Amino acid sequence: MGKSPTLEFDSKWNLSPAPESTGHINLKEQYDLFIGGKWVKPASKKYFDTINPATEKVLAKVAEANEKDVNRAVLAARKAYNEVWSKLSAGERGKYIYRIARLIQERAREFSVIESMDGGKVIRESRDVDVPLAAAHFFYYAGWADKLKYAFPNRNPQPLGVAGQIIPWNFPLLMAAWKIAPALATGNTVVIKSAETTPLTLYKLAEVIESAGLPPGVVNIVSGAGETGAAIVNHPDVNKIAFTGSTGVGKIIQRAVVGTNKKTTLELGGKAANIVFEDAPLDQAVEGIINGIYFNQGHVCCAGSRLFIQESVKDTVLRKLRDRMESLIVGDPMDKNTDIGAINSKEQLGIIKKYIEVGKKEGATMYQNSCDLPKKGYWCRPTLFTNVSQSSRIVQEEIFGPVLAVQTFRTIDEVIAKANNSPYGLSAGVWTDKGSKIFNLTSQMKAGIVWANSYNKFDPTSPFGGYKESGFGREGGLHGLKPYLNL
Amino acid sequence: MDLVIFAEQQAFMGKSRAPQIPDFRLTPRIDQVGVGERISRITTRSIKSNAKLQGLKMILNMIDLTTLEGADTRGKVSQLCNKAKFLHASNPDLPTVAAVCVYPNFVSQAKKALLGSPINVASVATAFPAGQSSLDVKIADTKLAVDNGADEVDMVISRGRFHQGEYNYVFDEIAAVKEACGSARLKVILETGELGALDKVRRASDIAIYAGADFIKTSTGKISPAATLPVTCVMLEAIRDYFYESGTMIGMKPAGGISNSKLALQYLMLVKETLGDAWLSNQWFRYGASSLANDVLMQIEKQRTGNYQSKDYFSKD
Repeated sequence: MGKSPTLEFDSKWNLSPAPESTGHINLKEQYDLFIGGKWVKPASKKYFDTINPATEKVLAKVAEANEKDVNRAVLAARKAYNEVWSKLSAGERGKYIYRIARLIQERAREFSVIESMDGGKVIRESRDVDVPLAAAHFFYYAGWADKLKYAFPNRNPQPLGVAGQIIPWNFPLLMAAWKIAPALATGNTVVIKSAETTPLTLYKLAEVIESAGLPPGVVNIVSGAGETGAAIVNHPDVNKIAFTGSTGVGKIIQRAVVGTNKKTTLELGGKAANIVFEDAPLDQAVEGIINGIYFNQGHVCCAGSRLFIQESVKDTVLRKLRDRMESLIVGDPMDKNTDIGAINSKEQLGIIKKYIEVGKKEGATMYQNSCDLPKKGYWCRPTLFTNVSQSSRIVQEEIFGPVLAVQTFRTIDEVIAKANNSPYGLSAGVWTDKGSKIFNLTSQMKAGIVWANSYNKFDPTSPFGGYKESGFGREGGLHGLKPYLNL
Repeated sequence: MDLVIFAEQQAFMGKSRAPQIPDFRLTPRIDQVGVGERISRITTRSIKSNAKLQGLKMILNMIDLTTLEGADTRGKVSQLCNKAKFLHASNPDLPTVAAVCVYPNFVSQAKKALLGSPINVASVATAFPAGQSSLDVKIADTKLAVDNGADEVDMVISRGRFHQGEYNYVFDEIAAVKEACGSARLKVILETGELGALDKVRRASDIAIYAGADFIKTSTGKISPAATLPVTCVMLEAIRDYFYESGTMIGMKPAGGISNSKLALQYLMLVKETLGDAWLSNQWFRYGASSLANDVLMQIEKQRTGNYQSKDYFSKD
């Protein structure tokens, strides 16, 4: 028997560049804090650069908020809560939120281009996922604003007051929507902090909030690093902390709020199992595996980073997976044809590279697609590791990059045990043609979200959140109202 | 396309193994939603400038220019053959179409008209389009086409038998027609618009491929829906699995409903990303279409001159 037949993807028909234009983008050279409806200079007098990770060019300077700035923001939020927002009828609150949603839709192109410039994610995703979903979240929660009594019958739902919110760098605008929309709908006011590497779309959202005519101080926006976040978490006049980010920081926050009255929701890391049974529609499963791990360069807390393939179809699935990886285009995030964009920051690229080295040292077999990478910027080829086990670090620890660890299994009990054998429990995927198998498995998985024959599907009506060290509390859906209410 | 070269290529590949015939009741399952998702990645590909021009020229070269009407006459067929030879007089550097596709009784006429050109003559056969006849009649129909000089035969499968679960019958029928084809290449039409589900499309594809099809083809053009991107995706995946298994390449022909360049480019992108470079030639990929050629010509002229021209500058045959 000769060499096994191979498909060739090194193409004689290559796509021409199709860049989304950036000419229409209006970015200021410097962004100040948005507090009490005004753009204010930071008391810290400090600014930091935010760069485009695909070109390493500076996009803008952004204010770094210190404790004093955060205090100002909380005071503004409290004032707005006491004097305006808590007195407004729920129907009026809803109108403001609808207005924000519509304005995001109107400026969708601008939002998606800036999101891609600031974060390195491909324009296809920011255009088709991030921005439309962000608008959808505002639309969805706008509808709940005047129906809270129906959402929680025989209760008396009351807002908490000031919500302190901290969002990550992987989906800046979308995470802001997940946080701000339910907080406003339930009658709270907000102090929100963007991530250090991706502050721009949140300040663009401030512009939207301005033009929506939202009363000053209802939403206050600050930027900065860990210390700014700590100032929000530790502020005595904040009633609620909502955090999305790493499990490490989540633990610090959890310690900080002990003994206070602050309500908390934490949406933390994950190491999701994506399980492919032999009876699955394999070609579609392969597409789901790709979507599960390489979506947003793998910077997704619910990424399907642990793949379990039933041993009888291992070779078939891996071969299809490798061929599909070959057709992925890595490069300029602004090109409409790019599948995998830039790694969000130099720091994150370092972490991913470290894990790739760990994988090799542990004796795993690595496969990467063979595409060229741009010279400037931060890049990582889509990567998969076989020959790994539950005891490998690349199987246990969250990498937050385009790196997939592949294991095999024999029986359903075995794969459930292995899938649950993780300190995380955010999400999981299952691929099978048999409905009963799906229900059996999903009921036994310790994961907040389980996708069946699909992966990374998001909808504002659907609750999202984790088990174990992936955090607690739910965002989205009816469940997402609860953490912002006294019932 | 030269059949000798084709045979040599197959021999040259040298890695062909005869794969075991699978149990067709157990063909891979297809998830319709998942296929839709794959297609949405294809349709959002932006195919511009050079890539577009190159793609359009490939498409032109992959078209089976088709007339399959009860009202076909010698005059109509002769006009179609002329069109195939002289697509667009003002741009003589263009590639020709791959073949003209006619009913068996027009094959010898078409053959004569295209003599000396690289254009093949394809003929439908086997009681096209319904396929509701006996095997003897279908074999006779095939022989008529082949004896008249057809380079390619487009047969239809027995969809009724397929729905009755008689997969062996369908298989044997295809194998018998393949034998009757001799050296003519056999395209097997599944008529996917009558199969009802993508699972069935996959099953019919596997039956056709294992029974000896050189090409699998979506539709007759007489049933709606005809070719669609999801159906083509599933058929291309069947071809890919067979290639993995045996090293043997099978061709693909979506037919019917592909009337504009944009859609045709999306099909080409689907082929490129599913099967890779080797399939990007009229040896392995065809479009069954009648009005596509003019739209492709118009787009090529737009790329060349920068302006859209009136439809009246493109001949309607």
